[in-house]
Amino acid sequence: MSYSPSAMRIAREEARRRVSRRSTLIALISTVVIGSVLVIVVTGAPGFALVRQSFFNWHYAKKSFPTVLSGLWLNLRVMIVAEIFVLIFGLLIALARTSHSPILYPVRLLATIYTDIFRGLPLLLVLFLVGLGVPGLQISWLTNSAVILGTVSLILTYSAYVAEVIRAGIEAVNPAQRMAARALGLTQSQTQRHVILPQALRKVTPPLLNDLVSLQKDSGLISVLGAIDAIRAAGINTAESFNFTPYVVAGALFVALTIPLTRFTDWLTRKQDRARVQQGQW
Amino acid sequence: MKKNLVIATAITGLLASAAIGFTSVSANAAATAAGNLPTLTKGVLTIGTDDPAYSPWFDNNTPSDGKGFESAVAYAVAKQLGYPASKVKWVKAAFNTVIQPGKKAFDFDINEVSITPDRAKAVDFSTGYYDVAQAIVTTTKSKIAKAKSIADLVNAKLGAQVGTTSYSTITDIVKPKVKPSVFDTNDVATQALINGQIDGLVVDLPTAFYIADAELKNGLIVGQFAPEAGSDQFGLVLTKGSALTSTVSAAVDALRANGTLKAIAAKWLGGTAGAPVLK
Repeated sequence: MSYSPSAMRIAREEARRRVSRRSTLIALISTVVIGSVLVIVVTGAPGFALVRQSFFNWHYAKKSFPTVLSGLWLNLRVMIVAEIFVLIFGLLIALARTSHSPILYPVRLLATIYTDIFRGLPLLLVLFLVGLGVPGLQISWLTNSAVILGTVSLILTYSAYVAEVIRAGIEAVNPAQRMAARALGLTQSQTQRHVILPQALRKVTPPLLNDLVSLQKDSGLISVLGAIDAIRAAGINTAESFNFTPYVVAGALFVALTIPLTRFTDWLTRKQDRARVQQGQW
Repeated sequence: MKKNLVIATAITGLLASAAIGFTSVSANAAATAAGNLPTLTKGVLTIGTDDPAYSPWFDNNTPSDGKGFESAVAYAVAKQLGYPASKVKWVKAAFNTVIQPGKKAFDFDINEVSITPDRAKAVDFSTGYYDVAQAIVTTTKSKIAKAKSIADLVNAKLGAQVGTTSYSTITDIVKPKVKPSVFDTNDVATQALINGQIDGLVVDLPTAFYIADAELKNGLIVGQFAPEAGSDQFGLVLTKGSALTSTVSAAVDALRANGTLKAIAAKWLGGTAGAPVLK
């Protein structure tokens, strides 16, 4: 016997399609109206020609692109190295802070002091202290490269942030999980590795990636130590022509760099949500 | 309103051509007619410079004391325009606000800004008030302390301040094999030089003497880069299309013609002769 939908169902689906068509239409009209208002307000502004000339100038965009791009290559290397170390140190510090053993008390104390200080210190100050203060000590075997010392400063600062995020994840795992794991005969470290951390890291993936995106942008701050990154390259170009377009070029490149990571975060979150719904974990 | 502007422009244009034509006599005429220019605030001349303002261009980060080369030049220009020192108001203007599009918060800015054709598309410049040469500072410990020629510098890590012709001197004239460092301020650059993070610092000649004498313990000037006459000049910065540009330029020209600029330079940038020229 072939299936034929009831009249009621056909009417319902028709009604749904109608509603959906209307929503699309309204969304379209609203976008067009708001878009046109924005365009009219911005392009109609008395200084628009001037702003376009000094911020969106194709000539200077083309001229500055190669140097800004080669600056971005430095950003890219710095951010990748820093991200790897930040994740490692952040995890270690978080583990230290959430440890319970009395013998580890000094480690716990140190980790607490570390996160307190480096979360509070402005990155710029850390950069100056490490990037100009450390070479000032004149220790012969120590590097005085602005890029390396700048990366170290980024790692110092961001490890503190990331440690706190991971710690929050660890503490968000229900204590019953630990007890259950111990009851099943897992050792303390097995419990940590196979039960607690996988759940903790999954919980904090979105905020973690958020911090990494932020780190990507802050990688440009090492230019205060003399290294020429994308922003500094743009600054040099701007100073030569008194035209701000190179900054817009650098901005566009940074956005292009961070969009994959933010999209990846969204995708990961959605996937987790779906998995959780399927497992009935809500 | 627009009409007034047109008339004002016409008048300033006339005054300017008069001032250029007859030097001191007509410059005085400009001075008497002035005090009445279309400035931001009527009757007051607003002058911008960065904070901190560095020696020997300014003294003690106080532009309003008339000490230091640029402070003295600013007051001389103001006087030439008919504004006594009491009618001069100083405002702080960071580099980026000086070069931004649109109206500025000052009538003119004086902050060691080099005149280039590219920059002149975005702002107005007065005629140059100082012919500047670039020089290279280092410490006695540095590997370029004994450098005699530009060829001796190609393997050195050099530094300069962002937004300066010093940086283009490195990239266009020295063309070193090592990537140069670029700093926000000469203060940070000087610290990097002390730390040995850079081998040498390129700055304008008067600043080079100041850094070598006042800021470094064992500082020395390796040499200066042969200046082509009039190739690099500091100019006063005005809003693009400002009604004051020609008047201010005329004032600068008059001050150059009657020897005032030379006298001010001799007083505040005195001992800057005698740096060997690098070839």
